[in-house]
Amino acid sequence: MERHFDEELTRLNEKLLNMARMVEESVALAVKGLKERQVEFGRDVLGREQDVNLVEIEIDELCLKLLALRQPVAGDLRFITSAMKIAGELERMGDLAVNIAEVSLELLKVPLLKPLIDIPRMASIAQSMVKDALTAFVNRDEKLARAVCERDDEVDSLNDQIFRELLTYMMSDPVTINRAVGLILIGRHLERIADHATNIGEDVIYLVLGKTIKHHIEEIRREQETP
Amino acid sequence: MDIKPKVETRDLNFFYGRSQVLKNINLVCAEHHVTAIIGPSGCGKSTFIRTLNRMNDVILGARVEGQVLLDGVNINSPAVDVVELRRRVGMVFQKPNPFPKSVFDNVAYGLRINGIKDRAKIEDAVEKSLREAALWNEVKDRLRENAFALSGGQQQRLCIARALAVKPEVILFDEPCSAIDPVATAKIEDLIIKLKRAYTVVIVTHNMQQAARVSDFTAFLMLGDLIEFDKTEKIFTNPANRLTEDYITGRFG
Repeated sequence: MERHFDEELTRLNEKLLNMARMVEESVALAVKGLKERQVEFGRDVLGREQDVNLVEIEIDELCLKLLALRQPVAGDLRFITSAMKIAGELERMGDLAVNIAEVSLELLKVPLLKPLIDIPRMASIAQSMVKDALTAFVNRDEKLARAVCERDDEVDSLNDQIFRELLTYMMSDPVTINRAVGLILIGRHLERIADHATNIGEDVIYLVLGKTIKHHIEEIRREQETP
Repeated sequence: MDIKPKVETRDLNFFYGRSQVLKNINLVCAEHHVTAIIGPSGCGKSTFIRTLNRMNDVILGARVEGQVLLDGVNINSPAVDVVELRRRVGMVFQKPNPFPKSVFDNVAYGLRINGIKDRAKIEDAVEKSLREAALWNEVKDRLRENAFALSGGQQQRLCIARALAVKPEVILFDEPCSAIDPVATAKIEDLIIKLKRAYTVVIVTHNMQQAARVSDFTAFLMLGDLIEFDKTEKIFTNPANRLTEDYITGRFG
């Protein structure tokens, strides 16, 4: 039986996908600006931030309205609460894209410290995680969501690697510090974007299975139960 | 959380003449917990709850197979005294059905027919039951008034007090709020949650949110089958069966 409620849920789904597209584009533009050393991409990202924030608020309002008026249960409830959380993750990703753009714009004023290798690699993993997390959400694909969560470690170790490498630059020549710190920050922002993609993956698993996998909670609870 | 079975059905089948209304129901109602029975109209939920104190006995052509155990004893065995059974397993119905008597006499009724004559004892029990039913403060100065002078919600709580007066162990509620307004409903729901400290409660409701609010366990029945039975929070956040999901999210029923 088709419910009027389904129309509202479809509207929520569309809003969320629209927001996801906006954020995906921001992240892509921020990375592109850095790689291609083009100022206009970075500026474009800064201009988009407010739109993302507004959509997040719209999604929150819609979710609260549906919770209050429909008192959803089961799959409907999990969808709406997940939508709220995913919107929050996306908004943070949008902010991080802005942070990357800001640092990039500064870095573009000076010559490149070194050819960028690991950062673009990290960016492409983080971006594909974002993409996959959203595909998993659209298709309610719990396996893909899990795969996203598993790639988080890859990004973390690349980030460590970037940090160590830039540290050696800074130690050998203090003049590089400014640029190296900029790149470290960008690495850090990309790593955070991957974290948020992981969170979305966890939200999708909860949405599909009704099961929380965050923070290895099942293992922790099992250990607590066995004295 | 300690779970002790208070009422248990084993392969319970129920027939009205040739039509089978309940099919192999295996369900445990835990002591000091609230068990809710939900399901679309005609699923057998009222019939089910009525098998728990043999209220179906009076229906012509009704037949029970399988067991209904109260503290492990089959209530359908010939040795069981039905009057005593119904004292232990009380019932509150859909529509408030006070007797055309005073508020006091309504609550005292069960005590008197059980042979209690001591005036002070009866007064004590009436007050205690009315307090337990969260009605005392509203009626303490109206005990001599006819019960019909009370509001619908008050009448329903009076019926609960009447059920409590004979010190039952289990209280069955058959859609107790369907004939009363939301404020009175909230009072009764609150009361049901309090009652489980001293009693075991089974409630039939077609208001799913009510089941979600008051119960610890929820059973979903459909066309006489027990489709799913689990902790209420599980049923309403992540039911295992597609039919349960479709019903509680309003896709059918």
